[in-house]
Amino acid sequence: MSNILSKLEKRTAYTLVLPAVLLVFAIVLFPVFANIWISFKDIELKDIRIPEPRAKKIVKSISDDGSELKIVYKLRNSSLIQEIRNVKFQDKFPKNISILNLDSRCNFKSKKIICDFGNWDAKYKENFEIILKNIDGEKIKKEIIKSQKPILSGKSDNPLLTANFTLKNFKKVFYENNFIDLLLTTFYFTFFGTVGAIIFGILAAQLVNQNIQGRSYMRGILLFPYVGPVVALAYTWTLLLDPNSGTLNAVLVNFNIIESPINLLGQKYITISVLGFDFKLRLALTTVIFFEIWRYFPLAFLFILARLQAIPKSLYEAAEVDGASPVQKFVHITLPQITAIISILFMIRFIWNFNKFEDIFLLTGGASGTRTLPINVYQQGFAVSDIGMGSAVSIVIVMLLLAFMIIYFKLIGKKANEI
Amino acid sequence: MKFKSITIFLVISSFFLTCILSIWKIMSTLQGLNFTNLNITGVFFNGIILSLLFVLIGDRINHLMKIFSLSFLFSFLYFYFNETSPYWYIFGVFLIILFFTNKLKKYNTKSLTEDFISEKIIFDFITLFGIVFFAFVILFPFYIMLVTSFKTQIALLVNPLDFSLDFSKSLTELFKSYFVIFETYNFSRYILISSAVSIGTVIVTLLFAIPAAYAVARLNFFGKNFLSTSILIIYMFPAIVLVIPLYTVFSQLGLRNSIFGLLIVYTATTLPVAIYMLQSYFKSIPKEIEDAGIMDGQNWFGIILKIIIPLSLPAISSVALYVFMIAWNEFLFSLMFLDNPKSFTLSRAIQYLSGDAETPRQYLMAGSVIVTLPVLFIFVYFEKYLVSGLTSGSVKG
Repeated sequence: MSNILSKLEKRTAYTLVLPAVLLVFAIVLFPVFANIWISFKDIELKDIRIPEPRAKKIVKSISDDGSELKIVYKLRNSSLIQEIRNVKFQDKFPKNISILNLDSRCNFKSKKIICDFGNWDAKYKENFEIILKNIDGEKIKKEIIKSQKPILSGKSDNPLLTANFTLKNFKKVFYENNFIDLLLTTFYFTFFGTVGAIIFGILAAQLVNQNIQGRSYMRGILLFPYVGPVVALAYTWTLLLDPNSGTLNAVLVNFNIIESPINLLGQKYITISVLGFDFKLRLALTTVIFFEIWRYFPLAFLFILARLQAIPKSLYEAAEVDGASPVQKFVHITLPQITAIISILFMIRFIWNFNKFEDIFLLTGGASGTRTLPINVYQQGFAVSDIGMGSAVSIVIVMLLLAFMIIYFKLIGKKANEI
Repeated sequence: MKFKSITIFLVISSFFLTCILSIWKIMSTLQGLNFTNLNITGVFFNGIILSLLFVLIGDRINHLMKIFSLSFLFSFLYFYFNETSPYWYIFGVFLIILFFTNKLKKYNTKSLTEDFISEKIIFDFITLFGIVFFAFVILFPFYIMLVTSFKTQIALLVNPLDFSLDFSKSLTELFKSYFVIFETYNFSRYILISSAVSIGTVIVTLLFAIPAAYAVARLNFFGKNFLSTSILIIYMFPAIVLVIPLYTVFSQLGLRNSIFGLLIVYTATTLPVAIYMLQSYFKSIPKEIEDAGIMDGQNWFGIILKIIIPLSLPAISSVALYVFMIAWNEFLFSLMFLDNPKSFTLSRAIQYLSGDAETPRQYLMAGSVIVTLPVLFIFVYFEKYLVSGLTSGSVKG
């Protein structure tokens, strides 16, 4: 009896789970593996269409009474790299029409012309002509002829499914792509974005955790950048930082804090001298990192605040009795209580920042030294339209991510599980 | 009274005063006032004198009397030295000084001798400063977004600092950017598409997620543990690595430029989160209630429909709100999949607008306001439900 029940339970469970699992597999997991396949292929954006035979029909009358017509079919293979096999062609005509120059590849039977063109190579082109004559000698209506579209069919390989593989893409990724620079930029962006977001998150959480008026409003406001749509926020910031008429530069120039506007998002380097030493700061990258911090510190804030509110008040009261200073309380009570959540946050934010695409894309488009790996996927795949190369960069991202996860779980994973 | 603690008190408090007065000055400049000097040193010394006076007067006068008279005195001095400034500006200065002196309430000659008082002073003022700083830094861009949408291109080019709104203009003049983007740029269509995609995603996601979450929470089956851990791992997977394969497959299937294609992708990417959130809630429902349902001869479908869903409506609605917000804000996939203006979502339409360098910025900002408002409205209205969901790790970004 229980056996039947457990069987029934299993069957129900699978029917309940299966639709969701299949969908997620098809849209999330399948592409991750498809990337591996595509990254070994020499394939461009224009090649991903399956080659198909095309014909453009041009109708001209060649006799004065209109009883004779010439039709030119401009035939071509839509693909520049692939052949189409066994191309069949078919077109229909009205009654009482004969064809004067029937091609040897074609048959004309009961108002239909059927041709067998054999194989077309890549880039194949042909002007295929036929001349029609009305048997009655009456005028042939051009519109009727024109409105009838020829039907073509043929067999071709899906360029994604052929078995031509190459290592070219990976060679290009590592040798022709400024790979070191790309990697360094990505790490700067990820690391400083993550650390900055966590530091600001701690500060904000510490603030809101005190007994201040309007604390719940403050919590809501602090989350605005996180819940707002990235497009709107990124464009607002570009407008604020614009060198020509942006508010920030205008204010700074107005109060004589800077002499001339700074192109915060368009300038790759800025030289800052501190104590006689000149430092070269990557300006656009720094600005983008600050935007990143602005947008994502709320998440860190929220997690840390939740943790802070769970710390027992008695700990602080005991410290008060022992005569601890505010700094001592923070270092000896608060910090140890939030290290676990900070390490988890670091991991989550690190991974998500590492894959951040929209923010950088909308602010700078990857120009002036802000090209990170995800931006490069887009640039290779869609701007240069070399999707094989784009996939290869995606594979590099996935590999690095797996490496982070493994390192993380070896180092901190056990600690994180304890909370 | 220690000399050290009073020095720290004076410096920190007047630094704080300088900061808020500077922010007030900058905000007033953006209303068209013509200041070119922040006069930091002047304000700073005034602040020191103000704080010193405050501590010296101590308890000799009633607190309210004290703060009002000090604020009057100092705003009058301020007005005397900045004659050009209008009354509303001076009134703002008065309110700020009132607020500031009220914050000084707990400091007097006695309290400045307590233990660790300098650290406490620093902590107090950093807290105040932090609140002002965070509120300003966060709200300022939203403020600029909103006011820019009411300005005209010419006015912004003439004086990029003047964001004052001219209420003498008619409403149609004031809201001109909004009329233009609706009439010329077809934004009503994009709003419809965005709403359809987002609401569709919510419905489909819930349809898939509720049964799956129930199975994960309640039923025993082979691969259950694997499933619940892989949910989290899939959640960490980046969208950018999915883009190229999905683009190629969708092109070949003709799903690009279609709302349906977008719906599938959004559903699949939000499903793991939805299942994760729902199953943890379902686990908290007492199992006895379901047993009663089984006794009554309900099958699994009936149990989900008649017991689980009514009991977990709060969780389901918070998941629904989240999925709506994720789908509404989504940009990457709409950028990749949509290139026909007929099927743009709002985010994609704004990005498309900005691609044309000729587009005036106020149109861009009007579009941004339109895409931001619904999300902020939902967030503010349902904040309590959403915040608890956020900490359970729902929104990816």
